[in-house]
Amino acid sequence: MCSHYRENGGAAGQRGSAAKHLSVLLIVLALSGCKREERDFHGLPAGGTITNPKVREVPFVAGGSVPADSRPGPYEENAYAVSQGKTLYNQFNCSGCHFQGGGGIGPPLMDADWIYGSRPENIYETIAEGRPNGMPSFGRKIVPDQIWQIAAYVRSMSGLLRKDVAPGRDDAMQVRPQEQSTQKAKPVQSGIPKSAELP
Amino acid sequence: MTSLQYRYAAVVAALFFQLGCTRTPPQSDAATPAERTSTLPARVSPDTTASSTADDGQWIMPARNFASTRYSGLSQISSQNVGQLKLAWTFSTGVTRGHEAAPLVVDSTMYVVTPYPNLLYALDLTKPGAPLKWTYKPDPALASQGVACCDLVNRGAAYFDGKIYYNTLDAHTVAVDAKTGREVWKTKVGEYTKGESVTMAPLVVKGKVLVGNSGGEFGVRGWLTALDAKTGQLAWRAYHTGPDKDVLIGARFKPFYSQDRGKDLGVSTWPGDAWKIGGGGSWGWISYDPDLDLIYYGTSNPGPWNPDVRPGDNKWTAGIFARDPANGQAVWFYQWSPHDLFDHDGINEQILLDLPIKGQTRKVLIRPERNGYVYVLDRSTGEVLSADSYGYNTTSRGVDLKSGRLIAIPEKATTTGKVIRGICPAAPGTKDWQPSSYSPRTGWLYIPHQNLCEDVEGVESNYIEGTPYVGAIVKMYAGPGGNRGVVTAWDPIGRKAVWEVKEKFPVWSGTVVTAGDVVFYGTMEGWFKALDARTGRQLWQFKTGSGIIGQPVVYRGPDGKEYVAVLSGVGGWAGAVVAGGLDVRDSSAALGFVNAMKDLPQATTKGGMLYVFSLP
Repeated sequence: MCSHYRENGGAAGQRGSAAKHLSVLLIVLALSGCKREERDFHGLPAGGTITNPKVREVPFVAGGSVPADSRPGPYEENAYAVSQGKTLYNQFNCSGCHFQGGGGIGPPLMDADWIYGSRPENIYETIAEGRPNGMPSFGRKIVPDQIWQIAAYVRSMSGLLRKDVAPGRDDAMQVRPQEQSTQKAKPVQSGIPKSAELP
Repeated sequence: MTSLQYRYAAVVAALFFQLGCTRTPPQSDAATPAERTSTLPARVSPDTTASSTADDGQWIMPARNFASTRYSGLSQISSQNVGQLKLAWTFSTGVTRGHEAAPLVVDSTMYVVTPYPNLLYALDLTKPGAPLKWTYKPDPALASQGVACCDLVNRGAAYFDGKIYYNTLDAHTVAVDAKTGREVWKTKVGEYTKGESVTMAPLVVKGKVLVGNSGGEFGVRGWLTALDAKTGQLAWRAYHTGPDKDVLIGARFKPFYSQDRGKDLGVSTWPGDAWKIGGGGSWGWISYDPDLDLIYYGTSNPGPWNPDVRPGDNKWTAGIFARDPANGQAVWFYQWSPHDLFDHDGINEQILLDLPIKGQTRKVLIRPERNGYVYVLDRSTGEVLSADSYGYNTTSRGVDLKSGRLIAIPEKATTTGKVIRGICPAAPGTKDWQPSSYSPRTGWLYIPHQNLCEDVEGVESNYIEGTPYVGAIVKMYAGPGGNRGVVTAWDPIGRKAVWEVKEKFPVWSGTVVTAGDVVFYGTMEGWFKALDARTGRQLWQFKTGSGIIGQPVVYRGPDGKEYVAVLSGVGGWAGAVVAGGLDVRDSSAALGFVNAMKDLPQATTKGGMLYVFSLP
């Protein structure tokens, strides 16, 4: 979005007295769009902005329902961080098991099924702590800030992030529709671990 | 009988005595060695090593015998009457992952090993419907599901001396009392947290259980291990990378070709310490020649797949070893694919035959190899006698019989940051693990295989213990003709295909051939088929509940009737798209196999079931 602004701005400048409403529009775009490119060079404090994620996999609470945590993950609206998440997803071998979202050794990540929850904090927990059916714990290998970036990217794989935040290109051979053109798959907690199907 | 035949009869008798179990006496329909010899075509000499294990009524190891012929001497079901074959009974395994195992039949009991969680069922063949006698549960670690590259398969068990031996996904070997189902011993052979798993069927040779690891996609260091069959104690371990002392290379090692001679080649053919995470497991088949007293088995692909980070021949990966089963000492080695570029593991079955070649009877080893050639090796020396293409190939021009080296086509070499298109055969090769059979009556091999090509781009690979170490993005698709599967009848003396049957999907099941001149195999849609061994004509088929990737077996029931049994239950690498519920929008899913199998979910669903057939 910000690069669009720069390109569009240059073109507008050449036209000199271009329509005022265009520049107004561009300013609006610049103000709203640049959050998408926001970079925090210090990273998140250890544990992330959701310093104590309330990880709950069921909406069903003994003793009466309490509102679920509805805070977004820290990078849900940051295209730069999601793009970093995509790079890290490959570098830390997430792609070795889940490939580019279709799955293989691990389950697919581009479909609607979620075994351990689709919320950012669920995914953070899955990556950091591991899961019993073959998902290793990466908490000692990847710093929290980067786990949040990967978690945001994982959500983009099934179209859960805004189209202008989700990545639009691959660094290697393209093997799937781009994340930003992936239709949103409404999360279903129907996915059960494959081992639960066993006798 | 000739004196030679008496000798083999004596060996068989001695073996039975050693096994010490009661067996049903041979029935009249079983071909005696003499009868079998008389039906042999003149150009094929008697199959010496094939007859050294069990009578025709039983099936005590997946490959049927030490020579790995998967040939049954039973002929009640024949090419004349197989059209009347009917379902006799079924058994649900309750497991939904890919069923690659061969059921075993010992005395009047059938033994079935399932994919993870590796249950062992014993079924009573003396009673109608073969009711369950007992179930053994080894309880492999849940987390080991995360280190199985290609579905959670198991290729079967082996029977020896009153016990059933098999391996579990979390790298343990177990011995189970064949009568009671009680665990006799359980030995940890590998570390699943480091990416090691075990999916292969063990072979028991001279009181030793031979086991190898999987994990060529996880940066493991490959090995073959021998355990004492009585106690489960480690007898020896031979690594497939590293210094000679670890590889068990010593004074007896006499490889045929010069490039395999030299000190510590398992270190010097790798950069730095790359051999420590270089792959080269042995998850496939082992054969044994009692006369030469040698075992033969192959080693898997080097890791990672991206070849740029491992310049050199990467010994001793993607090759074959002959070893002394007593101490594991290497006798010879041959490398099918030096510096493998395509994940062309060298672990396929080897069929041991004595064949007339250029006027001389040679002790040979036949290997339909993943890299696309049917090799005929002298199994005493490791010399390549011939290597002929049996599928479409763009990666190599053949094998130089002088040097023994594969003649690679440099334009198809995979590399970092460049998409190489039209690589044929693809990563699973012209044939993967699925074993062939050999009939001494026709003199032909029945090879189940695939016809796949691929595009590959090498990418950065980071070694993180316990996670995949591959470094390649792969996209497979059907080879020329569009049929992804083939069954080829191959004449190893004439060095050519005799007939071929094309299948829509890869033929990921084994074949079995009988003295009734019938070849059995299954398709990934779920058809179990019978072909005329001489013509390839389809004689019969039955639609099972799920795709078939198992190994059919043939046995004689306590009622004297001949039965054919096969596990149905799609999965494995080829069927992971169904067994693992993968998303077909990602062409690279399951190491790129999903792109070639996008229509499989419409053709079959998962679910493990044993099917047993007989004549009415």
